[in-house]
Amino acid sequence: MYRYDEFDREFVAARVDQFRDQVARRLDGELSEDEFKPLRLMNGVYLQLHAYMLRVAIPYGTLSGRQMRMLGHIARTYDRGYGHFTTRQNIQFNWPRLTDIPAILTELASVEMHAIQTSGNCIRNVTTDHFAGVARDEIADPRVYAEILRQWSSLHPEFTFLPRKFKIAITGAAHDRAAIQVHDIGLQLKRNDKGETGFAVYVGGGQGRTPMIAKLVRDFLPEQDLIAYTEAILRVYNLYGRRDNKYKARIKILVHETGIDELRKDIEAEFERIRDGVLHLPKADIEAIDSYFAPPQWRDLPDHSEKLEAARKADRAFDRWVANNVDEHRAPGHAIVTVSLKPVGGPPGDATARQLEVLADLGERYSHDELRISHEQNVILPHVAKDDLPALYEALKAEDLATGNAGLIGDIIACPGLDYCALANARSIPVAQRLSEHFEATGQEQEIGDLKIKISGCINACGHHHVGHIGILGVDRKGEEFYQITLGGSADEHTAIGEIVGPGFSADEVVGAVGKIVDTYLGLRQSREETFLDAWRRVGQQPFKEALYG
Amino acid sequence: MKIITANRLSDGVVVYLTANGWVSHIASASVLHAADAIEAGLAAAARAIANREVIDVAAIDVTLNESNHPVPVRLRERIRAYGPTVDYGEAARQRLAA
Repeated sequence: MYRYDEFDREFVAARVDQFRDQVARRLDGELSEDEFKPLRLMNGVYLQLHAYMLRVAIPYGTLSGRQMRMLGHIARTYDRGYGHFTTRQNIQFNWPRLTDIPAILTELASVEMHAIQTSGNCIRNVTTDHFAGVARDEIADPRVYAEILRQWSSLHPEFTFLPRKFKIAITGAAHDRAAIQVHDIGLQLKRNDKGETGFAVYVGGGQGRTPMIAKLVRDFLPEQDLIAYTEAILRVYNLYGRRDNKYKARIKILVHETGIDELRKDIEAEFERIRDGVLHLPKADIEAIDSYFAPPQWRDLPDHSEKLEAARKADRAFDRWVANNVDEHRAPGHAIVTVSLKPVGGPPGDATARQLEVLADLGERYSHDELRISHEQNVILPHVAKDDLPALYEALKAEDLATGNAGLIGDIIACPGLDYCALANARSIPVAQRLSEHFEATGQEQEIGDLKIKISGCINACGHHHVGHIGILGVDRKGEEFYQITLGGSADEHTAIGEIVGPGFSADEVVGAVGKIVDTYLGLRQSREETFLDAWRRVGQQPFKEALYG
Repeated sequence: MKIITANRLSDGVVVYLTANGWVSHIASASVLHAADAIEAGLAAAARAIANREVIDVAAIDVTLNESNHPVPVRLRERIRAYGPTVDYGEAARQRLAA
């Protein structure tokens, strides 16, 4: 894992001191709220419905046991005993006092964490595949490049006041687990026919009120040009991006209004001007960062584990958990474990202080001191020996962390919605809770297979509803919560924006409506292997419309 | 019929204006009927902003319940007043484990 160097340590410490001073000046009246608000937002501090909210960065979703334990400590000491993991692989604390936040940031800095650039019109936390470094289909570890981009973008003076926020995602494999095509910049690692490592570069994707799929701006960018090309894109955006209307200020609107071919000319011209300057990445620098992400010393194990197979035969719940929550690892005898934070009837993505601390312990004991946060709001233990899976499962079960539903219909992405968020129009969490309870009660979850439900409480789409196989958007209709359903969205290498199926449903009706959609799918699929998305692409909206609206 | 609400500067807690300052329980909020009373309430809130007591002030619509206590008309404000409609943290975990 990456460790801070002197520069990192100094700038984070300086920023904490600066913010402590800013909070003191706000409390003694030297700064007005208008002056203070942009400063607190630059440090991840929002004002939500009930209290301040602090969003802490987890760079590319990777953290150590020590860091995870610190998140538990903060939840216990300064908040109400829990945290909420987000679709940007970050964590949010919902109840901190403003007066405590400098102390929280000091504690975070002691474990090389911070909240810088988790808000504001700047380059946000770069997200990656949560299976980075261990997936069998990977070209290269995307975290190496995410870390290079983190170093380049942190406190970058030219890009601190962009027209709007800017999000970058990287996938290390052709199969996209990082939703790169709905990001401002999406990078897909690939090799050219000479065997050189580089990226396909996508630009102008995004969700929100105007969802757009990113356009391919360059088919192959050599890895040593990563920063120069990214800087060229940001410069063109900073110059031409709209600042007159915040709803038209993202780069996706610039791409849409200008056209990708015209914009590509500007980007390539700027790139040619700067590519051989200080932003050129020497091979040695890439290798130096790469060494931080060197794989741990995996045990020399046979791929087949008798212990695992015997335990699967003895315990059906464990067998189901392995089938759904355990993925192939590149090292023989090892596995990737997804710890679902989607208990049936629970708030998606939440973990209690104790659960955070236990996860820290389990990461240290079973996963070479490494944990990940997925954009699907789960925790990943990336390096577990197959022989250890039964013991790990028992330890997770004791902490109510062994829900075996990863990738199934109960593994729902949901934003905090109107229960917490000042922007939301409708609640998300109760809908997610009732949906997971419904499909648990019907016993259909395993039968349904791969089906992603994503729920947002407003058009800002923090719950990624546009790319849910079934997307649910909460709206306010004359003071009542209503839910609009979209079908056919996807956030993988075949990214698609879901299509609105028809008029929305009341809070009382929405679970039943999703039930009808699922029953329709089960009735028309050609085999168990035909997923919901495959079936929808084959038959289109009509059968679902008929089921919902007669 | 309105009440004046804000968030306390130091900790962000939701508060309501009464004749004796700001309180965190909506039941005690001063219910303002006339336009000049609402205007006076907002003027008091502006002074509280200047005194660094509160931020994010708003006058919100309410009705009265059987106990004659104000209840916000909008769901958003009811959630602000009474807290999330879902349990969280250890309470949620205990419920799920039961």
